[in-house]
Amino acid sequence: MTAPATHLPATHAPAPAPHHYTTLGLDSRKVGIWAFIGSECMLFVSLISTYLIYKGRSVVGPFPHETWTDPTTGHVLKPILNIPVTSASTFVLLMSSLFMVLALAAVQNKEVAKHTRGERVLGNSKLWLWMTALAGTTFLGFQAFEFTSFVHEGLTIRTNLFGSSFFTLTGFHGAHVTAGVLWLVTLLAIDYRRGLGSRDSLLVDIAALYWHFVDVIWIVIFTLVYLIK
Amino acid sequence: MDTHASTTNLPDSAEAHAHAPHGEEHAHPTWSTYWKVATILGLITVGEVWAYYIPSFVAGRGFVPTLLFLSGLKFTIVVMFYMHLKYDHRIFRVLFTGPLLVAAITLIGLMFLFGHLFIKIM
Repeated sequence: MTAPATHLPATHAPAPAPHHYTTLGLDSRKVGIWAFIGSECMLFVSLISTYLIYKGRSVVGPFPHETWTDPTTGHVLKPILNIPVTSASTFVLLMSSLFMVLALAAVQNKEVAKHTRGERVLGNSKLWLWMTALAGTTFLGFQAFEFTSFVHEGLTIRTNLFGSSFFTLTGFHGAHVTAGVLWLVTLLAIDYRRGLGSRDSLLVDIAALYWHFVDVIWIVIFTLVYLIK
Repeated sequence: MDTHASTTNLPDSAEAHAHAPHGEEHAHPTWSTYWKVATILGLITVGEVWAYYIPSFVAGRGFVPTLLFLSGLKFTIVVMFYMHLKYDHRIFRVLFTGPLLVAAITLIGLMFLFGHLFIKIM
């Protein structure tokens, strides 16, 4: 039995130092986020597999890349995927990854003296965090537009196999982007409250890893779902 | 514009390095590298979408492999440079590529199982 902490003389008790390192000398939070990302890979591959297995097996339209005529009404439905809009949202998400690494670099180099205007812009962590969050929100806006237009064109999650697997896959991804945006907003709040410095670089690094993971998943989804017919 | 955005300058990482005498972590890329990577990613995306609008290429045999290659290339570039897997400790590579490999094998296995992929024998 150890004595309760309240019985110890406070003046002689050593201050508990923050210690997050594993026996490998790595920060356990970073090891944790990589393990989480690994498990997320499996989640998304299961969703992508489901989409691919059901691909081309829908009995009724609308279809992603082919025109379909409703036999009961004679109504012709065009291919439902809007490649130009999705290409734009893909580009926005790719750029958000650039903004995120710039935010991380800005936090890591917070204490480094900035002499030129360019250095000050690149070293502005608030700017890059805002840009990343804005790009993520724009991506979500594109997705909301896409989902709404699909529903107006007659494709819901219950319409056919394509609708079920498509909305599940892209909806899960959108939920991850939403979580990422909320995470970025919390980092911004910390930055405004007390300022993010190089001592916080790991906090931003972990958020950045999650954000880039969401980006790489979209890279795969964009090719497999949207571009390959 | 280059900076010395090395994790070795940071208090957290400094302690981490003290625990990791083998020094398997390296300095992260510079801002200019990040911009170059973004340009490459943007150009590859433009190439992919361009290819989608060339009917003769879409109808050909090379379309799907090309898109899969370009997608894999973008995936690798983001993971290596933006997620710093190229520069970070080897254990992170194992933690990421291990599950990714299992997931990829599962995907390929399911594609064979459901007839989306097949091997022609004789």
